[in-house]
Amino acid sequence: MQPAVRRERVIALLVRTAGVSAIVLLLMIFAFLMLQGTPALVTVPLEVLAGARWYPPEGLYGLTPLLGGSLLVTVGAALLAVPLGLATAIFIAEVAPRSVREVLKPFIEILAGLPSVMLGFLGIVVLAPELYRLLDLPTGLTAFTGAVLLGWIAIPTIVSVAEDALDAVPRTYREAALAMGATRWQTIWRVTLPAARGGVLTAVMLGVGRAFGETMAVVMVTGNAAVVPRGLGSLFEPARTMTATIAAEMGEVAVGSTHYHVLFLIGILLFVISLAVNLVGASVVFRARTRAERILS
Amino acid sequence: MTTLRSPTPARRRRQWIQRLGFAALTLAAVVTTLPIAWVVFVILLRGLRALSVGFLLGFPTDGLRAGGILPAILGTVVLTLTMAVVAAPLGIAAGVYLAHYAADTPLTRAIRVAILNLAGIPSVVYGLFGLAFFVIFLRFGTSILAGSFTLAIMTLPVVITTTEEAVRAVPNSFHVVSVSLGGTHWQSVRRLLLPQALPGILTGVILGLERAAGETAPILFTAAAVYLPRLPSSLLDPTMALPYHLYVVSTQVPGMPAATQFGTAAVLLIFVLSMNLIATVIRSRARARRQW
Repeated sequence: MQPAVRRERVIALLVRTAGVSAIVLLLMIFAFLMLQGTPALVTVPLEVLAGARWYPPEGLYGLTPLLGGSLLVTVGAALLAVPLGLATAIFIAEVAPRSVREVLKPFIEILAGLPSVMLGFLGIVVLAPELYRLLDLPTGLTAFTGAVLLGWIAIPTIVSVAEDALDAVPRTYREAALAMGATRWQTIWRVTLPAARGGVLTAVMLGVGRAFGETMAVVMVTGNAAVVPRGLGSLFEPARTMTATIAAEMGEVAVGSTHYHVLFLIGILLFVISLAVNLVGASVVFRARTRAERILS
Repeated sequence: MTTLRSPTPARRRRQWIQRLGFAALTLAAVVTTLPIAWVVFVILLRGLRALSVGFLLGFPTDGLRAGGILPAILGTVVLTLTMAVVAAPLGIAAGVYLAHYAADTPLTRAIRVAILNLAGIPSVVYGLFGLAFFVIFLRFGTSILAGSFTLAIMTLPVVITTTEEAVRAVPNSFHVVSVSLGGTHWQSVRRLLLPQALPGILTGVILGLERAAGETAPILFTAAAVYLPRLPSSLLDPTMALPYHLYVVSTQVPGMPAATQFGTAAVLLIFVLSMNLIATVIRSRARARRQW
């Protein structure tokens, strides 16, 4: 074999290995989580894991309050971030003049780059005291405080993905609607948004997924009380999420202890839930794309 | 827009709806973006006042309440650079593979799904993996190396995706001409595609650095130390880091002066914003100079 040909083959193999490494890494993450997390299923009875109390010093490893806390905070964040994010995306893509768009887009990018620990810090020193004062709560460190921060963490994802989706709608669609006498407002709601709905749905899924998996901001401002929420009213009480529990407690447990394994079990739950959210979000995109290809071919 | 007839009531109503609707959208955009401007402003305003040579170049004293944050700054620099040494080659190679070498096969589709999922895994789960794999299984201990590798895996999807996009954006004719002149696959990648895609790739790597520099959860149990009396001497030592330091000074130590907190936050913010700025400049200069 010529040296040049051999070099080509070696390089092709190398880049292919790099590509495949993404799959290998994902599998490795899952394998190591399973390895460290499943022993908890052996040592802790299922009815304890399903219980309503999380108090490791007494062997109470009820995951319900943590799941509930994550759900509560994520729903609160979604209620803020989905309408605001989508409206901002529509504004940027369809309404704003070019000059405003050129200012807003980098702004959203800056927000996307702000470390969550910094938002958490501001949550503690500014947002929590304000909420405490304005809403007359016993403490400012509540699920709601966390939800507000998570909302703004989810917003850049929602805005940029949804804006891309709206941008990808062919110009001719809009022109056809306007030519038939529709207003721009009607065009947005009846033509552009429906045409972009796959991407918009993905934007919502990814944004909410991001809020669900966020850790530091939540650890810092939600008060970290493991209580099973009883509805949206619990937003104004302290809560504790799955991510926050891992972050707050992993540093203090002995490697190999029951507590350690249960924290990994929570990690498996987080991994599986985010995997599901992503796969559903991705399948929406893929479906939308193949549909578009069918139409255009 | 001129109309032949005077507007009908129905038409006038529709225009009013549109005006109200647009006003609502504008308001939403303001509500979304204003807090960001405010956050940046407050942190810079209160933080810059706390900055001094002693703060930037000194060691923490008095249980982190006084002194400087030099070990945290250096720690973040070393963590992110080591991270880049791992993530950049692997991510760029994978991106080139997806953009240029791979056909649309079940394998490449699986790779894409894997990348998408890696991007969606919560950062604290990366921390768990780093702890189980690098710290315990590979016996790196709590160290810069373990933290950097963990950050690298977390950043990989960003680097791969931006590299693939940048390489794909180079017109196919470049490759066709190169091959027609007798160039091999690798020659056209190295001499044409990579140089042309370089600004895009650099932007991706810098955005990855930016993300890694601000992350706390992945280094929480893999690399971070609350306080170290001296600088780490090797990659196998634990290190302080800016985001973790901000977490510690704002939640873990009672009686912390606000100046120390805002100073730390401002340094982290400047770190992140300057990387954002560099990425933006590279991108816009490349766009202006592009020959295609």
